[in-house]
Amino acid sequence: MALLEKFRQLAEAHEALVRTSTDPFRVTIERILSPTEAIVNGKQMILAGTNNYLGLTFDPECLDAAAKAVYEQGTGTTGSRMANGSFNGHAALERELADFYGRRWCVVFSTGYLANLGVISALTGQEDVILIDADCHASIYDGCRMSGAEVIRFHHNDPGDLHKLLRRLGERCTNTLIIVEGIYSMLGDQAPLSEFVALKKEYGAYLLLDEAHSLGVLGEQGRGLSEAAHVESGIDFIVGTFSKSLGATGGFCVSDHDEMELTRYVSRPYIFTASLCPSVIASTRAALRIIQTRPELRTRLWNNARRLYDRLKELGFKLGPTLSPIVAALFDRREEAITFWNGLLEQGVYVNMILPPAAPEGGSLLRCSVSAAHTEEQIDRICQAFESLRVS
Amino acid sequence: MTRYETILLQLYEILKPYEKEGQNLSDDTELLSDLGLDSMKVMQLLLETEERFDISIPLNIIPNVRTAGDFARQIEQLTEQR
Repeated sequence: MALLEKFRQLAEAHEALVRTSTDPFRVTIERILSPTEAIVNGKQMILAGTNNYLGLTFDPECLDAAAKAVYEQGTGTTGSRMANGSFNGHAALERELADFYGRRWCVVFSTGYLANLGVISALTGQEDVILIDADCHASIYDGCRMSGAEVIRFHHNDPGDLHKLLRRLGERCTNTLIIVEGIYSMLGDQAPLSEFVALKKEYGAYLLLDEAHSLGVLGEQGRGLSEAAHVESGIDFIVGTFSKSLGATGGFCVSDHDEMELTRYVSRPYIFTASLCPSVIASTRAALRIIQTRPELRTRLWNNARRLYDRLKELGFKLGPTLSPIVAALFDRREEAITFWNGLLEQGVYVNMILPPAAPEGGSLLRCSVSAAHTEEQIDRICQAFESLRVS
Repeated sequence: MTRYETILLQLYEILKPYEKEGQNLSDDTELLSDLGLDSMKVMQLLLETEERFDISIPLNIIPNVRTAGDFARQIEQLTEQR
């Protein structure tokens, strides 16, 4: 097969899709109006697929912090921390994140994707084993591949299956890293974390928890599922992102293991990429303060999530298994999901369309992510759009 | 019958639902091009095989598996390590 021949199948699939649908992979936001509204295809849309859980992208404190940083420190760092050095803001954000989680160490990465790549590939190597939940994010799979470790999947959210794998590994358990997520991005379901922590302790393995979708969303202080499930001390490494509830871009890992600090010297995704720009660092620090001082945002987020989840359930939609700010409507047929998604766009509602093989169990889903910034009226309009399309 | 052949026969049973009309499974059958397995089906196949042979299959072996015969060899090794 010639070098570019493999793209032919992809091109054909893409052409077939856009013959009957707006291209879901090229939706352009022409003008962003607020955390929950934008102009798309010349039309005002309610944004219900942004992961902007606390709606902080337009928070005045975050905006002011970012603007001040741009004027005082410039637009970018133009290189990696290893080569160019760190700005004060990088170090300050790492201290603040470590304090927030009550951990000794924190390392900040340029994206959430790179955080998983950087941490997993630094912690594990060819002699080690990684046990991952089958529904883990692509960044976790890619980090595993980069590490060279032996990678074994266990059934999604199934402590019994994990137990079986650990038992089979025997003495190798002490060389084993278990990886799970707090809230899973597609269906919004949560890991049975207490059971996973008990297993990792029983077998002497290590546990990495990705709180990308649960930071700021779960726990009284917003520290995620580990806080909500009261098992923080049982988690060895917590990875998170700035691109969801913190409204920016970037990623991090916190830990009490002293070796965390040493990963800076071996983690290629940390070393060989440009560091976060000052404005992103500044807005993230402001957002982290807000997470801790404005718990009412979480209350509003969950009220909105409950309003949407309950109403769509009442309308007969098949949804993810638990209430969550990620509200996913499941469709058996791919074509049905595509038609429905286009109908929502026409009605001024933007959600994420997830087609096979990206969705669990080969299904298709329309994934809404709720924000604290949504008004009740906006949630009701989203529900009305779903209802009208269901009827027609 | 060798151990490899026994495993291969059991593997054919798992692969049977993926067999296309007029196809006869053999150790040369290519899992992707002959059976048309996509990524979802490969994952399903791994789960079924793990259950059947009571083994854990590392994802790392996938690049080394092209045919049913390759897969049977890997299963043979994994069951020996058990």
